Amino acid sequence: MTFFLEVLIGGLLSGVLYALVALGFVLIFKASGVFNFAQGAMVFFAALTFVGFTEVLPGWTGLEPGSGGVFWLAFALALASMIVLGIATEKVVLRPLVNQPPITLFMATIGLTFFVEGLAQAIWGANARGLSLGISDEPVMWILDDFDIIISKFDLIAAGIALVLFVVLALLFQYTRVGRALRAVADDHQAALSVGIPLKHIWAIVWGVAGFVALIAGLIWGSRNGVQFALTFTALKALPVLILGGFTSVPGAIIGGLIIGASEKLAEIYIGPFVGGGIESWFPYVLAMFFLLVRPEGLFGEKHIDRV
Amino acid sequence: MKFSLRKSMVVGAAVTGLLATGYAAAQEQFVGLASYRVGPFGSNGASLYGGWIDYMQMVNERDGGVNGVKLTWEECETEYNNARGVECYERLKNRGATGNSVFQPLSTGITYSVLDRVAQDKIPMVTIGYGRTDAADGRVFPWVFPMITTYWSQASAIVNYIGSKEGGNEKLKGKKIALLFHDSAYGRESHAVLDKLAERYGYELTKIPVANPGNEQQAQWLQIRQLRPDYTILWGWGVMNPTALRTAARTGYPREKIVGVWWSGSEEDTIPAGDAAKGYVAAGFNPAGKNFPVVQDIQKHVYAKNRGNMEDKDRVGSVLYNRGVVHGIITVEAMRVAQEKFGKGKPLTGEQMRWGFENLKIDEKRLAALGASGFMPEMQITCEDHEGAGMVKFQQWDGAKWNVVSDWVKGDRQLVRGMIEESAAAYAKEKGITPRDCSKEM
Repeated sequence: MTFFLEVLIGGLLSGVLYALVALGFVLIFKASGVFNFAQGAMVFFAALTFVGFTEVLPGWTGLEPGSGGVFWLAFALALASMIVLGIATEKVVLRPLVNQPPITLFMATIGLTFFVEGLAQAIWGANARGLSLGISDEPVMWILDDFDIIISKFDLIAAGIALVLFVVLALLFQYTRVGRALRAVADDHQAALSVGIPLKHIWAIVWGVAGFVALIAGLIWGSRNGVQFALTFTALKALPVLILGGFTSVPGAIIGGLIIGASEKLAEIYIGPFVGGGIESWFPYVLAMFFLLVRPEGLFGEKHIDRV
Repeated sequence: MKFSLRKSMVVGAAVTGLLATGYAAAQEQFVGLASYRVGPFGSNGASLYGGWIDYMQMVNERDGGVNGVKLTWEECETEYNNARGVECYERLKNRGATGNSVFQPLSTGITYSVLDRVAQDKIPMVTIGYGRTDAADGRVFPWVFPMITTYWSQASAIVNYIGSKEGGNEKLKGKKIALLFHDSAYGRESHAVLDKLAERYGYELTKIPVANPGNEQQAQWLQIRQLRPDYTILWGWGVMNPTALRTAARTGYPREKIVGVWWSGSEEDTIPAGDAAKGYVAAGFNPAGKNFPVVQDIQKHVYAKNRGNMEDKDRVGSVLYNRGVVHGIITVEAMRVAQEKFGKGKPLTGEQMRWGFENLKIDEKRLAALGASGFMPEMQITCEDHEGAGMVKFQQWDGAKWNVVSDWVKGDRQLVRGMIEESAAAYAKEKGITPRDCSKEM
């Protein structure tokens, strides 16, 4: 039972981190109806830019390497880079495609993926790097001593950061003018424009916010596994979360993340040995597929009704 | 038909020009590099191809080429993708005066994809530390050279190393060894050898797969925590390696008890893992370090002239950079051997290069002359044996750099060779290949 709980809790905490990546997708899909294939590349770009700045800033500014000053300055510069990238994406890629079919916008984001991946490596190089956020990645000792269950301090703190971010964004969408405008734009570009909602500003804002979310996800995942190209694969973890939770719901992303995280770990341990193991990569997709059969719009997605 | 003087002069000049061009091209040996510098394994490729190109550049700068034949090369980006690898093979194979002299794709997948083509095109394929293990039987695979040490020899050497830590292989009885492997053909490559050795020495082997890419391993390490193995062999690639080390730290597994393979034992694996990698041990057929004379020669003749290939010069002397230098050494030494037979100062065809590889012998004396003593093992390739060495050294990461912690450790040669011959014979039977009679080869 202890082992089961250990696997379950570890899975739930991993699930929150999957949800963090899924959140970037949800934001852009909610505001523009675009499935942003480039979200994984944005996570990679953000983390690599942050680490790149931490490497060059001591030389530029005379600040002590690894100091708080370097960290926060690198964070600010990486965030600014993400906002610039978001605005540039809106201006160069999306604006010319207003009112085009969703598949056109989707294809544009596939192109954007390759561009962003290449740009990140062209600027900062392809070397794999370490990233320390100063959060200890050790078990919480009192839980280990009292219950013999390993829960990582890092995962707990990362999950806490992610949850705060979820709450802030949920409030932004529900209770602010910008949030209402975002939802209006998501429903119908042309209708939103006709009532005076500045589409280009809204899209720039939402891509900027998605860039911020990508930066947080990049820092957490980069700190966990190192900053390298494989960060782009975090998007693969987010896809079943989106299918399950719905593409338009922030709470859906969290619940979907928790279900996917816990189920993939439990499946790996308890089903894996019977089918040769290594099922963690495809099991969430199978699970999501079953959910699709029952609820095509996901657990919390908006029900789509077409009038004929 | 009348020829004016003017026309004759023009034709004569053109012919002379063509001959001159031909002569100049004839003094060059082309090496096609199917490399990868972008994509998921770009950081590994950048260091390895950097070392390889720097060595060839050094041979050109310091020695004026191989007996006067300048080395030329062209990279073709594969992104570690099989389809692109085949495309690169085709694009490179007819480049240079004598065509591509050797193909080294640095990918097991691409190796399998072009296995039949290299035999058809008569281009030797050298797969140092990867590829198809049973291709070490040169009677069945005359065009493939899985050189230095195969995966099977490495697996056996790792067991010998663990045995030495326990006071002898007989002390392995009752010990628990976990194998955490990349769930792919590469990751499963060691199973047969480790199973046979488990039968022989009596250790309990538990195989735990990690699905590609391996950026989440909580479930696997919780299994390991429950199992409490005495040692864990890490058979990973790419992001799987730092993730394994980080997750091992998170679950409290001692890193000193993790023994990685050579594709899990570079700075690209340990630096991203941060402090979690401290104490971790990995095998390799070349150590890290800048103090080897061959690396210092590269610094002197290439980097001092600002002609180095590495963008990040701090990675010169890293495990993968030095592995690239080993690729360069083997390629150039095979050219020297082949030129001895087919004519010094002449570029070689793929067929001639194959002869060079098959008669390659790099002993301690030659290693010393190359400035590579301790940098790679002694090796001798023959018609039957395309492996050549079958040994590895072990290094331990101290948090900042790799330190060598063993001498060259051999695998169980008899066991591995027997398995290679058995597997190659099965392949020959399946494909209808009649193995060469090596006693008749010159």
